[in-house]
Amino acid sequence: MSVLTVRVWRGAEQGAYQAFEVPRRASQTVLDVVTHIQRALDPTLAYRFACRVGMCGSCAMTVNGVARWTCRTHVDSVAGDGRLEIAPLANLPVIRDLVTDMREFFDKWARAKGRFSGSRTRGDDFERLAPQSAARREVDAAIECIGCGVCYSSCDVVAWNANYLGPAALNRAWTLLRDERDRARAERLRAVAGDAGCHACHTHMSCSERCPKRISPTAGIAGLKREVARAALRGEL
Amino acid sequence: MSLRGEALLWVAQRASAALLALCVAVHLATMIYAVHSGLGAAEILSRTRGNAAWLGFYSVFLLAVVVHVPIGLRAVLSEWLGWRGGTRDAALGAFALALAWLGLRAILGVFG
Repeated sequence: MSVLTVRVWRGAEQGAYQAFEVPRRASQTVLDVVTHIQRALDPTLAYRFACRVGMCGSCAMTVNGVARWTCRTHVDSVAGDGRLEIAPLANLPVIRDLVTDMREFFDKWARAKGRFSGSRTRGDDFERLAPQSAARREVDAAIECIGCGVCYSSCDVVAWNANYLGPAALNRAWTLLRDERDRARAERLRAVAGDAGCHACHTHMSCSERCPKRISPTAGIAGLKREVARAALRGEL
Repeated sequence: MSLRGEALLWVAQRASAALLALCVAVHLATMIYAVHSGLGAAEILSRTRGNAAWLGFYSVFLLAVVVHVPIGLRAVLSEWLGWRGGTRDAALGAFALALAWLGLRAILGVFG
């Protein structure tokens, strides 16, 4: 049986990589590798996961220098030479080993007014939406975010500007801005404008390249840039 | 700076970038033409002196530079050096004025 050489980050902001030897198996995922280390080699290893099938967004880590969802990343696709280096997500504080503190990431969703604000009550009938409308198709293209933090971890602008809302929060704001039921348009445009908002994006597109759900936050952010600019020109911001 | 001001800076940078794309292309083509034709300084000056079209084109070019460069530097200064706020914007305003003065001096030197 062949063996994988795996270097895993241990510690918090200060720490070091620790090397492990892990048996290679068929259809093995990176999460399988981390789980093997914790269960068979070192039970003190801290990491986070839940669903194991690419739905919950909790198992993202930096694998060989690239942020990925580990439960759906096969070892074959990232460790052709039999070596893996696994670290916590970048741009987030490290709590311990592979576990990051996601509070700032989700707080920014709130700061971007990422909460739906409709006008109907539970006593009203359902609002009828045309699934094929241009606005709804734009929402559908961006709505399946699982909040894994891969885009946020891959974003250079987040690294340079700690207040920048980041691709996931801005993508969420975009889906609400294009949702015809939403009533918080003006408030949301103000939330995503300014130094920490959509215009800070440099269109590097790392978020779109690495999003495991194949969402393009860059496209949504470009839409936000246009909408905010129009509002500014009209004096509505 | 206000949210509206930040957004309008972005619009100004995009608009000036569009102008620059055109101006830089025309400028490079002119330079290549001048070099390939073997024009000397005296021959170039004889074409530019008193030429209102030339003056107008390079004035637009300069305006685009004066708008575009400080806005771009604003992002560089805040992201790479962490310099934000009023002092940064005042320094960039002074830098824009310096660019405008140097550019105008060059344009008028070749036009006059």
